[in-house]
Amino acid sequence: MNWQPTASIQALKARACLYQQLRAFFHGRGVLEVETPALSQAGNTDPNIASFSVNTPQGLRYLHTSPEYPMKRLLAAGSGDIYQICKVWRQDESGRRHNPEFTMLEYYRVGFSYQQLMQEVSELLQLAIPHLKLAPRILTYRQAFLEILAIDPHQASVEQLAACAQQQNIDVQGELSQQAWLDLLFTHCIEASFPTDRLTFIYHYPATQAALARVRLEDGYWVAERFEVYLGPLELGNGYQEQTNAEQLERVLVADAELQAQDIPVDTRFIAAVQAGMPFSAGIALGLDRILLSRLQATRLPSVLSFAWEIA
Amino acid sequence: MPSYSTSEFRSGLKLMIDGDPYTIVENEFVKPGKGQAFNRVRVKNLKTGRTVEKTWKSGDSVEAADVVDREMEYLYKEGDDYYFMATDGSFEQVAAPATSMEDAVKWLRGNEVCVVTLWNEVPLTVTPPNFVELKIVETDPGLKGDTASGGTKPAILETGAVVKVPLYMNQDEVLRIDTRTGEYISRVK
Repeated sequence: MNWQPTASIQALKARACLYQQLRAFFHGRGVLEVETPALSQAGNTDPNIASFSVNTPQGLRYLHTSPEYPMKRLLAAGSGDIYQICKVWRQDESGRRHNPEFTMLEYYRVGFSYQQLMQEVSELLQLAIPHLKLAPRILTYRQAFLEILAIDPHQASVEQLAACAQQQNIDVQGELSQQAWLDLLFTHCIEASFPTDRLTFIYHYPATQAALARVRLEDGYWVAERFEVYLGPLELGNGYQEQTNAEQLERVLVADAELQAQDIPVDTRFIAAVQAGMPFSAGIALGLDRILLSRLQATRLPSVLSFAWEIA
Repeated sequence: MPSYSTSEFRSGLKLMIDGDPYTIVENEFVKPGKGQAFNRVRVKNLKTGRTVEKTWKSGDSVEAADVVDREMEYLYKEGDDYYFMATDGSFEQVAAPATSMEDAVKWLRGNEVCVVTLWNEVPLTVTPPNFVELKIVETDPGLKGDTASGGTKPAILETGAVVKVPLYMNQDEVLRIDTRTGEYISRVK
């Protein structure tokens, strides 16, 4: 019987050390550690994320895919800057860089712009991954597409994107939407081009990818005030200038819920909290298992998980 | 024919793609921060042996290929066909065409238990046992006492295969061969 952990004892120690450093980092900056429920009545309506559900005597509950909604309820209640280190769950996300159960560091800075948050995240990751070279690369989604594939993601048609994918020898089975073609080119070509010795920040995603971030008009195109941070092709985190307009948020969540196969109820308590007044803030969710993987310069996620999904 | 969702993808799973049977060599799940997830999959065409990369949207389904691996004993050759019999007691026989044999031919004398990969019950490929024992029928005379120089010479085996053997080996000696590498492993006393 295979009972042995997938992580070495050294990796377990490195995780404990990383958490200590993170907690000291936030303590030093006056960011409060909080906990929020993992099982809730409403769930993530993002059609590209599948939640696990649990039958309880009080009805169906969902395991959170990130602690975003309740943490924003805390912000609206006047918590000020907060962070949380917790387990989150996503169905069907399993592979070399994915485990359906993983550890997230999510934090919010009141009064921060997303540019300020990018700066702070860069400092945080420098601490967590000591071998990183200084000076991250920072470029927009559009710049990344123009630089690597010579194609403008805000203008390219489905046909042009399909032709670009074919040029890159990507053989796709099935039909893709315009955004799915962009996602394909991004995962297959653009992420693969990121340097492995320093961070890459990508920002200003197409407005259709805004999720719960604010949008702005940039060079005639609506873009999301959203960024992702990568080390090489490994995505480490996803940050927002938080949308604080309750009507806008409700529109996004309801539209998502209609596309979502799981029929998960929209979190109306979250919307009510934003209506009551969520402060101007920037927030980010970071994947701690991947950060630990990078810190140890390892490649397989199971090597930093005490027990990977298959033997959990 | 049943189908598999991408979440069931794993190495060795057999799929039908554009009318040909394939086996999954490697499956990688990729996902941008937000948006569509994909399965980047290295698949091997079981008819041509070629390996290519294909991408599916995660959540899509792909038709399963009716491909099964069966343990079967090699009986004899007749014309261009090689006859095999199931070892499960059913005594079922199949004729594998020369095209499905590839390198396996080099190692088979008769009575070896092979893995016959059947597609819609027709032999697609034949994989010989990992190790076979075969007699040398022709090689230069052995250099007596030379067990340390590490040199090699070619030897022709009873099946016609040619392998490199140590200089001290002689005709009529029996060798153990790793069919995956085609290399000599040891002398069989």
